[in-house]
Amino acid sequence: MTTAGPRVAPIATPDTAPFWEATSRGELALPRCRSCLTYIFYPRSHCPSCFSRELDWTVLSGMASLHSFVIAHLPAPGFDPPYVIAIVELAEGPRMMTNIVGVEPSPESLELDMALQVVFELQGDVMVPRFRPVDEGK
Amino acid sequence: MTNADVEVIGVGMHPFGRYTESSLKDLNRVACLNALIDAGIGVRDVQAVYASNAMGGMLQGQEMIRGQSVLRDIGIERVPITNVENACASGSTALRQAILAIRAGAADVVLVAGFEKMFVDDRSRTLDALESAGDLDVISGTGLQFTAVYGMRLRRLIAAGSLTLDDLATVSVKSHANGALNPYAQYRSVVTAEEVLASRPIADPLTLLMCSSICDGAAAIVVARPGVVAHREGRPTVRVRASQAASGFTSTGEEPGLTEICAASAYEEAGLGPDDVDVAEVHDAMAPAELIAYEHLGFCKPGDAGALLSSGETSIGGRIPVNPSGGLSSRGHAVGATGLAQVSELAWQLRGEAAQRQVDQPRIALAHNNGGWLEGESAASCVHVLERIESWN
Repeated sequence: MTTAGPRVAPIATPDTAPFWEATSRGELALPRCRSCLTYIFYPRSHCPSCFSRELDWTVLSGMASLHSFVIAHLPAPGFDPPYVIAIVELAEGPRMMTNIVGVEPSPESLELDMALQVVFELQGDVMVPRFRPVDEGK
Repeated sequence: MTNADVEVIGVGMHPFGRYTESSLKDLNRVACLNALIDAGIGVRDVQAVYASNAMGGMLQGQEMIRGQSVLRDIGIERVPITNVENACASGSTALRQAILAIRAGAADVVLVAGFEKMFVDDRSRTLDALESAGDLDVISGTGLQFTAVYGMRLRRLIAAGSLTLDDLATVSVKSHANGALNPYAQYRSVVTAEEVLASRPIADPLTLLMCSSICDGAAAIVVARPGVVAHREGRPTVRVRASQAASGFTSTGEEPGLTEICAASAYEEAGLGPDDVDVAEVHDAMAPAELIAYEHLGFCKPGDAGALLSSGETSIGGRIPVNPSGGLSSRGHAVGATGLAQVSELAWQLRGEAAQRQVDQPRIALAHNNGGWLEGESAASCVHVLERIESWN
């Protein structure tokens, strides 16, 4: 069952625009604080740890591990259940909410702390980062 | 008695459930009048109101002055009315503001009114409104639903061996058994563990019978400075021992969580510890969240929640009954009213008026109410500790 209506697409703000520009190039990028070296998710104008405004947009590895997930069985706009909602821990530290794709949406095919890599999917007119299991042998 | 003393002198509810013919005013009127009658006061005795509602803007279009619009229906006008929203923790947050107003000397008798109407023409509007309990800058487009946050927390605990699927089913059976005894509960049927596990998946590992659902309802509390309102003959006194709130944070998962922080503050304020608690209402939007609360509130050691549950100590008749009302999952979760429904239940328990679900002579009661979510953590938490002053018998 699919619900009516498209997926809600993210809306870029001045602080998040570089994030979406990076995803359109196929890169995952976050601001990093120049003074305390913290990677900052979500992107904002200042470091939440030390309040520095000296931030550098940094391209990340795109690697992550699966912190936790659920298989959602209720329909949401633009999603065909079952689909996977997850919190992933980026190799650089921050955790982000996302979806796992490229895998059967069943508990048997997903394992906590498994290695993931970022992929990008077009949603509305922005490329949205999602994650899939790392290909063995690559 | 000190200036900081505040008593819960009246509680009241409109039953939780599906009331398609009732407006927000209808729901609120019943709860508020029940609470005022319980306190033995009239509307003219109310010196201030804190009004709690989370979704009336999106669902009823009443984005502003929700409190003023429903309270004028029962003739509460002129006095200060403050509108409070903190997602699922709105009710307990409003209660805390009322307690602070009395402690500050701004009022002696304060009404806290919580009301919510989630059944509307189109269910997807209700789900959209619930999604706004997260930071939309971060969660937009992930298809995130309320249940997912709990599902993800529980999955980590199951993977770590701290909990089993059977524990999740067993705690749901307990909630339904308690809800079946509560005339204010949305769900009043007992269920078996087999039925819980066989019900349809919502957000695996959570199934339908583990989850709270869309709900209409209202609850109200009257708090007062001791001695201002004539004491009701034979009525045990319920005093506030602690009222604490805290907000979520970007969690690394290593440091204490939000509920642990809020509970520690409440225990410190009360001068009590988890072993002193005789009955508790905890935030279980999904019944298995009660198991996480056992650990975060200190009712058991980390990893022992399943054992505490199966010992029967958290059932009515046990050492520390939890969610005798049926909790959010069975009593129901009319979002803006939930925190006040918890405190209503605890006041009835402390006064010995909880009928079939009465716990054995409780003296100290704890209410735990969380709201919203940030990455992996609730956005708001409130913990209240209440005390029965008179001894039993």
